[in-house]
Amino acid sequence: MSVRLAWRKSLNVFMLSLTGLCALLTVSALFFILGYLIWNGGKDLSWSFFTRLPAPVGEVGGGMANAILGSLKLLLLAALFGVPIGLLGGVYLAEFGGRTVPFLVRYTADLMNGVPSIVMGIFAYALLVMPMHHFSTLAGGIALGIMVIPTVLRNTESFLRDVPRARREGSFALGANKWRMVATVVLPAASRGILTGVLLALARVAGETAPLLFTAFGNRYWSPGWMQPTSSLPVIIYTYATGPYEDWHRQAWAAGLVLLGLVLITNILVRAFLTRGTAYERS
Amino acid sequence: MNSAFPLMANSGVAAASSTDRTTAHTPAMTSSGANTLRMKVTKVDFYYGKNHALHNVSMDVATNRVTAMIGPSGCGKSTLLRTLNRMHETLRHTRLEGEIALDGVNILTLDVTKLRRMVGMVFQKPNPFPKSIYENVAYGLRINGHKGRLDDAVEKSLRRAALWDEVKDKLNKSAYALSGGQQQRLCIARALAVDPEVLLLDEPCSALDPVNTAKIEELLFELKPTCTLVIVTHNMQQAARVSDSTAFMLNGELIEFSPTGHMFTTPSDPRTEAYITGRFG
Amino acid sequence: MATTPKAATPTEFIATPRSFLRRWTGADEIAHLITLIAAAMLLLIAALLVYQLWIHSAESRARFGWSFFVTKTWDPVAGDFGALPFIYGTLVTSAVALLIAVPLGVGAAIFLAELAPPKLSSSLTFVSDLLAAVPSVIYGLLGVFLLVPLMRTNIQPALKKSLGFLPLFKGPAYGVGFLTAGIVLAIMIVPFVLSVSREVLLAVPRDQREAALALGATKWESTWKVVVPAGRIGIFGSVFLALARALGETMAVTMVIGNNPKIAASLFTPGYSIAAVLANEFSEATGNLYLSALIELGLVLFLLTFVLNGLARLLILITTARGSGVLPT
Repeated sequence: MSVRLAWRKSLNVFMLSLTGLCALLTVSALFFILGYLIWNGGKDLSWSFFTRLPAPVGEVGGGMANAILGSLKLLLLAALFGVPIGLLGGVYLAEFGGRTVPFLVRYTADLMNGVPSIVMGIFAYALLVMPMHHFSTLAGGIALGIMVIPTVLRNTESFLRDVPRARREGSFALGANKWRMVATVVLPAASRGILTGVLLALARVAGETAPLLFTAFGNRYWSPGWMQPTSSLPVIIYTYATGPYEDWHRQAWAAGLVLLGLVLITNILVRAFLTRGTAYERS
Repeated sequence: MNSAFPLMANSGVAAASSTDRTTAHTPAMTSSGANTLRMKVTKVDFYYGKNHALHNVSMDVATNRVTAMIGPSGCGKSTLLRTLNRMHETLRHTRLEGEIALDGVNILTLDVTKLRRMVGMVFQKPNPFPKSIYENVAYGLRINGHKGRLDDAVEKSLRRAALWDEVKDKLNKSAYALSGGQQQRLCIARALAVDPEVLLLDEPCSALDPVNTAKIEELLFELKPTCTLVIVTHNMQQAARVSDSTAFMLNGELIEFSPTGHMFTTPSDPRTEAYITGRFG
Repeated sequence: MATTPKAATPTEFIATPRSFLRRWTGADEIAHLITLIAAAMLLLIAALLVYQLWIHSAESRARFGWSFFVTKTWDPVAGDFGALPFIYGTLVTSAVALLIAVPLGVGAAIFLAELAPPKLSSSLTFVSDLLAAVPSVIYGLLGVFLLVPLMRTNIQPALKKSLGFLPLFKGPAYGVGFLTAGIVLAIMIVPFVLSVSREVLLAVPRDQREAALALGATKWESTWKVVVPAGRIGIFGSVFLALARALGETMAVTMVIGNNPKIAASLFTPGYSIAAVLANEFSEATGNLYLSALIELGLVLFLLTFVLNGLARLLILITTARGSGVLPT
C-alpha cells in the first residue's frame, strides 16, 4: 500500500510538472520568436527602411516604403468592404433575426472562418482577377475583406447580445422603436467590444500572405493605382526570405520584425482595452 | 425518545450534563471498541481570504454514530464538514488553524489522499462520473489498487448503499440514466467502496424528493453500525430523525452541541431555541 | 403596431404618438431589410466561393475524373496532373504536427485549467492567444533560417543515428521536408489546441473534481481519469479544429517543405502540400488545364477543411454547450 501510494504520489508530481513544462514551452515560443526577430531584424531597421523603395538587386540599402503603404491600402479596402457587412450582419443576427436564417448565417460564418486563406486567394482570383485580366490592389483588398466578415459578424452579434435587457427595456419604455433602440442604446453600449473585434480581425488579415499572392501580387515600385498590383509587407517577406540574396534576407528579417511588432502591439492594446472595458461594465 | 448518546459538546456552551456522561457508558457503546471518539476538532479557526468563516470551533465525532450539523445558510456548517477531510484545500486562499484529529492523529500530518480515503464525502448534488454504474463504484478501488475481485467489492458497496437490487441488471449502463435519488445512493456506494471509517454527507437530500430522502435516511441507519457518519442538513426534522447528536452553528460559531434528543427538547442556548422554534433561519 | 384602433380608445389623446410610431415602424422594416441584406451577403459569398471553385475546376474534373486523386504524376509540361503527392504531403505534415501539438497543447491546457493560479493562467492564456496571432509568414521566416539549418546539421543526423532503423528516418538530411514542415505546423497549431482544450476543461463541473478528490484521488488522478475524460469530446473538437488549420496552412509550409511532388515513407524527404503547390504555381500556371487542376486542388482543400471544421464545431458545442469563440482564437 505505501509503495503504491509513494508511486502514485511521484506520478502525480511528475505528470503535473510535465504539464507545467508543456505550458512553459508553449508560451516561451512567443518570446523566442520575438527575441529572435529583434536580434536579426533590429539592426537593419532604419529611417530609410520606412521611406525608400527597395534597392535594385545587388545594391545595398533601400527600404520597403511601397510595401508598407501597400499593406495599409489593402487593409483600408478590407475594412471598407468587410466591416460594414460584418457589422450590419451582426446586428441582424442579434436584433432582427428569426430562427432559420440566423442559424444558417452563423454556421456559414464559422465555416468561412476556417476556410484556408489560400482558398480565399483562389476565390478572389476567379472572381476579380480573371474577368479583369490583371492583378490589382482591389482584388487583394476584397480577398482580405471577405476574411474579415465572419469574425466581425460573430463578434458583433455576441457583444450586442451581452447588452443587458434592462437597458433595452428602458429605451422601449420611453417609446423608442426597435431601430432607434438599437442605434441609440445597444450599439453604443457594445461599441467598445465591436471596435476591438474589428481591430483584431484586421490585425489578423494584416499578416496574411497567401490570399495576396495572386491577387495584389507584388510590385517593385509604388503602386500606380487601386486597379494595379501592389507590394505588401507579408508578400515581400515571403519573396525576400525565399530569394537568393543575402541583402534580401536581412531586409526580410527587418520587415518581419515590423509586421510582427504591428500585429502584436495591436493585439496587446486591443485586448487590454477590451478586458478593462468589460471589467468596468461588470462592476 | 432518543436515549442520550455519548457525545460531548466541548464548545463554548458545554451542554453535556452529568446525566449524559453517566449514560455514556452503555454496553452498546463499549462494544464498539475502546476508542469511542473517531474525530476530534479542537479550537478550529478557518478563513476564506480575509473572511473569518469558523470561530474557535471544538467538537467530537463519536465512532459509529450519526452526528448532524444544523444552522442557517452561511453559518459555516458545510465549511466545517469540508475541513474534516481537507476538501477545503481544493479552494484557494483558505487557512485553517487549530487541530483536527482522526483516531488521535492530526489530519494535517496525514497524507491527504490517504485521509480522504478514510474520510469519504457525499455532496449536495449527486455528482456521478459520466461513466457506467460499475465504473463509478470501481473508481476509488482502482486508484487505490484494490486487491481481490473487483466485482465482489462493487456488489458489496452497492448492497450497502441499498442500490444493488435496482441496478444489478444494468451495471454497464451510464450512471446518468439513474434517477436523482439513485444517483445520490450511487455516490454513497462509490464513497463506501473504499471502506472509509467516516462518511461526510453535505446536505445529501437537498436535491431529492421526499421518497428518495426517506430511502437515504433509512440507509444512514443501516450504515451506522459500520461507519461513522457526519451529516450537514438545513432540515431540522431530518437532523432530529437521523442523528444521535446535533451541532447548531451560527455565524461561524458552534453555539451548542448536544445529544439530539436533548437539543430539540431542552436547548441550553437561547439562540438554539430561537432557531429550532423557527424564529430565524 | 398598425392595428385598427379599438372603439374604446380615447383617440384624440393617442392619435399623435400613434402616427409617430407608425412612421418609425416603417424605419424598423428598412433597418431589418438592410441588415438582412448584409447577413445574406455572407451566404452569397460562401455560395459564390463554392460555385467558382466548382466551375473553374470543371476542365480538370472532366479530364481526370476520380483518377485525379490517385495519380502520382504532376507534369505541367505534358499536361498530366494528379493530386496524390500533394494530398499525401498535406496529410503527413498534418499528422506529424498533431503528434507533437496535441500532447503539448493538452498538457499545457491541463496546467492552465487545473493547476495554475487564476492570474497566472489568464496571463499565460493571453500569451498563447498572441502566439496564435503571429502571422504565418513569420513562422516561415524562422523556419527557413533557423529550423532548416538546425534540422540539417543536428536533428536529422541525430534521429538517423538513434532511430535510423525505422523507415521514417532514412535518407539524406536536406533540412527541408515533411518532418520540418510538421514541426513548424505543430508550433503554429499548439495555441489552438491549448485555448479550446482549456475552455473545455474549465467547463467540466467542479463537483466532478471534488468527487474524485474525496475518494482519495491525487490531483493528477482526478484530472486524468475524471476531468479529461469528461471533456474528451471537446478536446477531440479542438484537435479537429487544429487539424483543419494545419491542412490549410500555406506560407510556413511552403517555405520549409521542399516543394517536391514526391511520395516517400521517410519524413526527411522534401515533399509538397496542396496549399504549397497553390502558393508556388498558381500565379505562373500556363494553360487552362493547369489552372483548372490547381483550382481542383483548392476545391479539395476547401472540402477537407469544411468537413473538419463542421465536425469540430459540433464536438465543441456538445461539451461546452456554447457557441463558437467570440474572439478570433
